[in-house]
Amino acid sequence: MTAAPSRAARSEDMQVVKLRHWGRLAGAIVAVAVVAALLYVLVTSPNVDWGTVGSYLGDPAILSGVLVTLELTVLAMVIGILLGTLLAVMRLSKNPVLRTVSAGYVWFIRSIPQLVQILFWYNIALFIPVIAIGGMRVSTNHVVTPIVAATLGLGLNEAAYMSEIVRAGILSIDRGQTEAASALGYRPGQIMGRIVLPQAMRVIIPPTSNEVIGMLKATSLVSVIGAADLLTHAQSISSANFKVIELLLVASFWYIVATTVASIGQHYLEKRYRWSVAPGGGRSFLSRLTGRRPVVRPEKTA
Amino acid sequence: MTGRNEETRGTASPMVEAIGVRKSYGNVEVLSGVDFVANAGEVTCILGPSGGGKSTFLRCINHLERIDGGALYVDGELVGYRRQGNRLYEMKERETAERRSRIGMVFQQFNLFAHMTVLTNAIDPQVRVKGRPVQEARRRAEELLERVGLAEKRDMYPRQLSGGQQQRAAIARALAMDPDLMLFDEPTSALDPELVGEVLAVMKDLARSGMTMIVVTHEMSFAREVADRVAFFDGGLLVESGAPGEFFSNPRTERARAFLRRVM
Repeated sequence: MTAAPSRAARSEDMQVVKLRHWGRLAGAIVAVAVVAALLYVLVTSPNVDWGTVGSYLGDPAILSGVLVTLELTVLAMVIGILLGTLLAVMRLSKNPVLRTVSAGYVWFIRSIPQLVQILFWYNIALFIPVIAIGGMRVSTNHVVTPIVAATLGLGLNEAAYMSEIVRAGILSIDRGQTEAASALGYRPGQIMGRIVLPQAMRVIIPPTSNEVIGMLKATSLVSVIGAADLLTHAQSISSANFKVIELLLVASFWYIVATTVASIGQHYLEKRYRWSVAPGGGRSFLSRLTGRRPVVRPEKTA
Repeated sequence: MTGRNEETRGTASPMVEAIGVRKSYGNVEVLSGVDFVANAGEVTCILGPSGGGKSTFLRCINHLERIDGGALYVDGELVGYRRQGNRLYEMKERETAERRSRIGMVFQQFNLFAHMTVLTNAIDPQVRVKGRPVQEARRRAEELLERVGLAEKRDMYPRQLSGGQQQRAAIARALAMDPDLMLFDEPTSALDPELVGEVLAVMKDLARSGMTMIVVTHEMSFAREVADRVAFFDGGLLVESGAPGEFFSNPRTERARAFLRRVM
């Protein structure tokens, strides 16, 4: 048996040599080079007139397009969330007819490209020329303007996706919550509205923010029916002055601004709803709102 | 099937009366004709091995489970059904909800509403279900949280509390509805051993106040000390019932003897 080296020899005069990650370094150099090259091509290209890009960023037509894009996003998401929640509740109901109708809607809508749906709503007058309610008769074309067609096309499509998100949120809530509420005498509607949905928000919000960001860009599809959104205006300007790339860059700029703002909003919204995740951690939604900070001293996590 | 006979309605009036109650999940019969009586003002402990139908029976009492056969009365009224002549009509959810609000229930997993503070947990059902004014509901909730020793924890969320504190809060929430009957479904089974005592203490206090209680439990010492009657369930049947002293020292059936040998 050899004697073990002395304590000093075992601990002193030794240097830690970290493992060198040569692969990582090489990857980083390649990535930076590619990004720099792309930027260089874009910025120095003789075919991009940056002056034009700058001058159209604040153009009134472009700004009105930004406004329409935001309006469409909000309206379509409102329709999507409300109808989606209804569809989710129907899908989870005990009534087999409601369940089937909801599942059928989701299947049907998800099977048809969004662009086709928008074109369908735009051309609805070919199918139903006159809307008659009671004694009122209105030409469909008067009611379904490009904006209305765009809102319907985007909103009804969104509802199918939102219903799946809301359904997942509802299913994430423990059955015990519903049972306790039933045992206390809450009625079914109250259980959904007071107990289940508020708790499901934690699961529903992150993918919904994702949908909002997707919707901001999906609205550009409505340019095919000339719904006066950001891309429609950019294209109508470029069709007159032939500065196609410049106006696409202008449109991209505003889409980036909008999605960035939405992403920041998502971050804060999720932070607020993190309250019910970790046992003992985080502040309550209410205390965040009121600014009152309760003393959190978890004696024991169950 | 015998009807409700007059003897059982003698001096001690039955709060809960079950006659031949049956319940199946698919092909598995979990209750095979349970006859059971719990008197008003008494504490009845339901004991027995796991899978014997204890919890299922308790859940039938407030219609969280629908019975497949027999009859179940709470305070003289059929649970979940309205009787007209010889027919039983299933009640609407609204009617069932109204009846349930008079029966408190405490769960093994506490089931406090996770998005509400302890105080709101106790206020919300009073306001939403009983239609009490918020101020009155708040006073009642504070009073009951005081009684279960949680006055200081009222602004906390359930996840910030220990299991024992959560269960005491859940008892306060149920009591805030001023129930005629309290059901406890293994209220201490999910607790760490050192937290069991605080919950049992609250339940003993409640028993002393004269509340009618039906408790499914594995706490033999609690049953022996607090129960007025014990009911022993096994294999989907009420096998034996009687005073706790009698049951624990001198069980009549072999199944009860075997059970007590295992748990004592």
